Amino acid sequence: MKKINLSRKQKKNLTRILIALVAFLTVLIVDKTVDLAGVSGSKLGWLLPFCLYFAIYIVIGYDVLFKAARNIAHGQILDENFLMGVATLGAFALGIYTGVAGKDIEGFDEACAVLLFYQVGEFFQGYATGKSRKSISALMDIRPDYANLIRGETTEQVDPEEVAIGDIIVVNPGEKIPLDGVIVKGTSTLDTKALTGESIPREVNVGEEVISGSVNMTSQIYVKVSKVFYDSTVSKILELVENASSRKSKAENFITKFAKYYTPIVVCSALILAIIPGIVTKDWYSWIYRALSFLVVSCPCALVVSIPLSFFAGIGAASRHGILVKGSNYLELLSKANAFVFDKTGTLTKGNFAVTAISPQENAEEVLRLAAIAEQGSSHPIAKSIIACYGKEVQKDYALTNVAGQGIIATKDGDIIYCGNEKLMNDHNVAYTPHKGIGTVVYVARGDKYVGSLLISDEIKTEAKSVISALNDMNCNTVMLTGDNEVIAQSVAQALNLTSYKASLLPQNKVENVEKMLADKKKDDVLCFVGDGINDAPVLMRSDIGIAMGGVGSDAAIEASDIVLMQDDLRGIATAKRIAKKTMAVVMQNIVISLAVKLLIMLLSALGITGMWLAVIGDVGVAIVAILNAMRVNKNYDAAMAKKSKPIETNS
Amino acid sequence: MKKIFKLEDLDCANCAAKMERNIAKIDGVSQINVNFLTQKMTIEADDARFEEIMDEVVKVCKKVEPDTRIIR
Repeated sequence: MKKINLSRKQKKNLTRILIALVAFLTVLIVDKTVDLAGVSGSKLGWLLPFCLYFAIYIVIGYDVLFKAARNIAHGQILDENFLMGVATLGAFALGIYTGVAGKDIEGFDEACAVLLFYQVGEFFQGYATGKSRKSISALMDIRPDYANLIRGETTEQVDPEEVAIGDIIVVNPGEKIPLDGVIVKGTSTLDTKALTGESIPREVNVGEEVISGSVNMTSQIYVKVSKVFYDSTVSKILELVENASSRKSKAENFITKFAKYYTPIVVCSALILAIIPGIVTKDWYSWIYRALSFLVVSCPCALVVSIPLSFFAGIGAASRHGILVKGSNYLELLSKANAFVFDKTGTLTKGNFAVTAISPQENAEEVLRLAAIAEQGSSHPIAKSIIACYGKEVQKDYALTNVAGQGIIATKDGDIIYCGNEKLMNDHNVAYTPHKGIGTVVYVARGDKYVGSLLISDEIKTEAKSVISALNDMNCNTVMLTGDNEVIAQSVAQALNLTSYKASLLPQNKVENVEKMLADKKKDDVLCFVGDGINDAPVLMRSDIGIAMGGVGSDAAIEASDIVLMQDDLRGIATAKRIAKKTMAVVMQNIVISLAVKLLIMLLSALGITGMWLAVIGDVGVAIVAILNAMRVNKNYDAAMAKKSKPIETNS
Repeated sequence: MKKIFKLEDLDCANCAAKMERNIAKIDGVSQINVNFLTQKMTIEADDARFEEIMDEVVKVCKKVEPDTRIIR
C-alpha cells in the first residue's frame, strides 16, 4: 500500500475532527465526573454545559449548518445537511427544554456526538470512495499524454490530437504509444496488458502495426501514424469505457428511483412520528427525540455511492482482464446469462483453414489448379487456404459467379468449373464421390465431369474445451451455429461437449436461428452470442448480449457488440461471467444490508429502544461497509481461477 | 451535440444524482449523465442553443452543490 495521500480539504477536515474529538471527550469526562450543570447551583446551570458543547458543535459542524442555510435559500429543503442540522439542533433544543424545566439535562452531549460521528463518517466515506475510484481508474488509464512528433531535424512534444496521418513519431522506452501506426525504424517489445489483459509482451519489428495504448518496453521505435487520435484504438476504448456507466443497470435505476422517494418518505414519517403519538400521549419530548433519530438516517448515501461503485469496480476488473463491457446493464444481464450461442469458425476453432487431403491423389495438381481459379476472388478463409495451398500463379481470365451457400461457378468460352459443396454438384447433376473426412469438403467439377475433392479442416482452440465445461458447470446451455456440414459440426460438438448444435446454416439462417431462440426463450433467460465480429454483426446486435472476440484493431466488432474480448481467447467469457456474478452478488448484498440496517435503525428508534447515537453510527457504518464491500469486486480473477482449476495450456 | 465535461469537487453521490434529475428538466437537454465515479458529465443538447443551455446547467449545478465546478 502506498502512503496515505490526502487532499488539502481532507487534511483540514481531519484536523478539525481531531480537535473537536479531543475537546468533546474532555468536556464529556468532566461533565460525567462533576455535573457541570450543577456547578453554579442556580436555575440557569444548564447554560454552562450548553455553551461548552455548543462551541464544539460549531467547530465540527459549522460547514453543515452553513450548507444547510445556503441550500434552503436555493429551495433545496430535503438536503442532507439541512436534515442533519435539524436533527442535532433539535437535540440541543430538547436539552435546553430539560434544562429550563429543571430536569436532568440530556441531549447536549448527544447532539454534539451525532454531528461529530457524522463528520467522521463523511470523512471516511469520502476517503474510501476517492481511493477506490482512483485505484480503479488508474488501471484503466491508457490515455497517452503526448506524442514526440518529428519536425524536420528535431522532435517536438505535442498533443496526440495534433498529429496527422503519415507523420512520424518517436516512442521512447517506457512511453505509451500515442497513436496507431506502423513501425518504420527500430525493434522493441510492447506491453499490451492494459489493452488486452495479455501479460506476455509482444515483439515488434519494422513494418509491423502497433496499437495505441500499449507501452514500449525496451528500445526506441519510430512509428508512422496511420490513424488520427480520434480514430485510434485508445480513443475508441476510452470512449467506450467512459460511456459505460451511462447505460444503467436495473439495480442502478432502482436506486435512482429509490433515492428520489426515500428522503421525503423518511422526513414525512419523522413528522408523523413526532406529531401523532405526541398529541395522543402528550409525551412530546420522547416522541420528538425519536423523530429526530429518523432524520439522521434520511440520506440514502450508502446505496447511492456503493451500487454504482460496485458496477464501476466490475467494469474496471473486466477491462483489466482485456474485457470491455459497454455498460453496467450488460454486466447485470451477463450474470443471469444461461445460453451461450457460439459461431464455430474463428470462435470455437482457430479459423486457420488448411487443405489437409486431396482426392484422387494422382490428380491433385489439376484439382487444386481448378479450385484456385474458382476461388481466387473470394476472401473466405476456405478460399484463401486453397490459394495458399496451390501457391502458383492463378489463371485470371474466368468469369466468376458466386452461388450463396453452395460455391462458385467459373466460366470461360463454354468451359465451366464448378467448385463447391454437394448441393452445387447435385444441382448441376455431377456424379461425385462423397468424401468421408471430417472438415469442409470442396468438390471440383469441369463441365459435367467430376474432377476431385479437397478436404479443408480447422483446429479447435485449445482453451475451448475448458471454457465450455466451465460454462456448462454454471448451468448454461452452449450452442454452436455453423455453416459446415453435419459431420464436422457433430465432431466438434462432441469434442467440446456442447449442449447442442445447428449445422449447414447459411449466414442469414444464423440470424433466423438466433431470432427463433430469442422468441422461444423464457422471460428471465438471457442469450449471449459469441462471434468474431467480422461477419456476424447482425446476430451480435440482435442477441441480448453480443460478445465479440479479438477486438483489438477491429472497429466493426467493437461497434456491433456489447462486450468485447480484446484478446482472441475464449477464456475471457468465463472470466467475464465470473466478474458479472461477483458484481451482482456484491450489489445485492449492499442493497440488502443498507436497507436492512436503515429499517432496523428506524424501527428501534421509533420504539425508543436506541438513541441517536446508534442511528448515526449505524448509518455511516453501513455506508463504509458497503463501499469496502464494493471493492471486493475489483480483485484479480486470474489468480482466483488458477486456484480453482489447473492451469490451462496456452497457445498464443 | 454531445459533449463531455469534467467536474471538480463533486464529492457527494447523492448530489450527482440530484444534478442529473434537475438538469434533465432543462428544456433542450436530450440526454444527461452525471457520473460521480469518473467525475464527468455527459450532456446531449440542442446544437443551436448549446451555450445557453450550458449556462442554465451551470446554474442548476450551483443550486444543488455550490462547491462543484464544471470545467468548460
